Amino acid sequence: MSIFLIIVGAIFVNNVVLMQFLGICPFLGVSTKVKTATGMSAAVLFVMTLATLITFLIQKLLLIPLNIEFMQTVSFILVIASLVQMVELILKKVSPPLYQALGVFLPLITTNCAILGVAVLVSRSTFNLVEAVVFSMATAIGFGLALVLFAGIRERLDLYEIPEAMKGAPIALITAGLLSLAFQGFSGMV
Amino acid sequence: MKLWREFSKGFFKENAVFVLLLGMCPTLAVTGSAINGLGMGLATTAVLVGSNLVISLLKRWIPDKVRIPVFIVVIASFVTIIDLSMAAYLPDLHKALGIFIPLIVVNCIILGRAEAFASKRGVVESLIDGLGMGLGFAFALTLLGSVREILGAGSIFGWSFLPEGSTTILLFILSPGAFITLGFLIALINVMRRRFA
Amino acid sequence: MAERKKLPSTFFNMVVVLTLVCVVSALALGFTYSRTKDAIAQGKINKILDALKIVLPEFDNNPYQEKYTLETAPGLIFYPALRDGKRVGTAVQTFSSQGFGSEDIRLMVGFDVSGRIISVSVLGQAETPGLGTKMEEPSFREQFRDKDPASFKLSVKKDGGDVDAITAATISSRAFCDGVDKAYTALQQETER
Repeated sequence: MSIFLIIVGAIFVNNVVLMQFLGICPFLGVSTKVKTATGMSAAVLFVMTLATLITFLIQKLLLIPLNIEFMQTVSFILVIASLVQMVELILKKVSPPLYQALGVFLPLITTNCAILGVAVLVSRSTFNLVEAVVFSMATAIGFGLALVLFAGIRERLDLYEIPEAMKGAPIALITAGLLSLAFQGFSGMV
Repeated sequence: MKLWREFSKGFFKENAVFVLLLGMCPTLAVTGSAINGLGMGLATTAVLVGSNLVISLLKRWIPDKVRIPVFIVVIASFVTIIDLSMAAYLPDLHKALGIFIPLIVVNCIILGRAEAFASKRGVVESLIDGLGMGLGFAFALTLLGSVREILGAGSIFGWSFLPEGSTTILLFILSPGAFITLGFLIALINVMRRRFA
Repeated sequence: MAERKKLPSTFFNMVVVLTLVCVVSALALGFTYSRTKDAIAQGKINKILDALKIVLPEFDNNPYQEKYTLETAPGLIFYPALRDGKRVGTAVQTFSSQGFGSEDIRLMVGFDVSGRIISVSVLGQAETPGLGTKMEEPSFREQFRDKDPASFKLSVKKDGGDVDAITAATISSRAFCDGVDKAYTALQQETER
């Protein structure tokens, strides 16, 4: 598969949030303002790429040679959890401005199933290292695209009168459904 | 009586999906059919009961600062056990649920119950809490899966009630249908809660 | 409740507890793995054996043990069927990556000795639920039964072939034809040689 197809596929056709249902919690949780949505997306891009790179190496150099692939779930989640902690510590020391921008989102990322999801997806695919990294970055961009689009809609939604029972989660989910319907149009492009 | 309260709260008052809005990823992803929803719900229940049990047993031996990593290892181990057992004995369901089985690890409900309940309470209570919360989650997934399957495929638990070749509202088993159905279900439950409260 | 004090968070305690938990976890998983791995492997084989029984004429050998591959047909696996030592057919495990789903469509196609299709069985697919997934239903699969691809063109009618596509799932139907065609072409090449 060519790199271009991987990128288009991951951003639009198989959009991680709207088509594969990964990372729904932050998608619903931090999408009330475009600004926070952008921050979260940047943090996800950063962590997802790193996490995929490291879990890819663990899978290929440790789990497969030792024939202990059944330890995948345990090792991946531990690596991701410690990675997030480490990124937080390093950012705090090395780049305070970046930490200011991303810091609040980092603790939320450990339980973002998109990160572990992409790591597991990659481990089950035939991607090589470069393809895996490109795939994870494109997936993160797809996540950001969906999140920012959704936040833009929700900002406007605040200005309208909504039936009492529909307020909050229901209207957000239905909006997401319509957005997913729009993304359904990309199907079959790749 | 108190135990019954711990058990029943998971179904309605503190239902993980409809009220607390936790564990949304598997909720939306695997509910294309009732049976998949039920399977996912029961797998999650098994992990939740196991992790609640072990964590409430071990709580005194876990130093505070490493409690989250310990919880994660315990949960991930139970997930892997379920994953392997399903692959061995329920291969079709295992395949249908795909990567959402390992992803039970990051289901916020499980870590949430470990942190908020099992690490503070006794063994029996934690067991009942895990069972109630898990079955409540399974109930929500089965409900959502049934609605989507009835509207989208014209069948329920795989039993088709429409004549061969009928047209169904396919939208409901495709991804947009997941969001829209859950949105309306939560709105419905909001209305009911207000009526009864 | 007479709660005893929690273990304090000293460095030593943390390391010991984490290590112990990880070791116990690894042991438990290793045990589960060793108990389930045979069943998992057997499940995969059973799926292939079931498909072989459907798509092949009656045989008395063990096609699964006698399977072979060809360098000219990467990814395809051939299962020969014999009765009384005579070849009665071949099942070809084939695939197509042109489908809609995130994974390949995997098929088992049975041919008799003249190259006629006996039947097709779906081993795995991840097409759109309610549309492409209909390829598993007899209404679609049965149209391949007893067809000789030499006269029955293995592509959908839209592309000038003889196959009725699944309604609203032309891409999945095309991929299905692609998989069957791959199997047929590879088998023809083999018999010519």
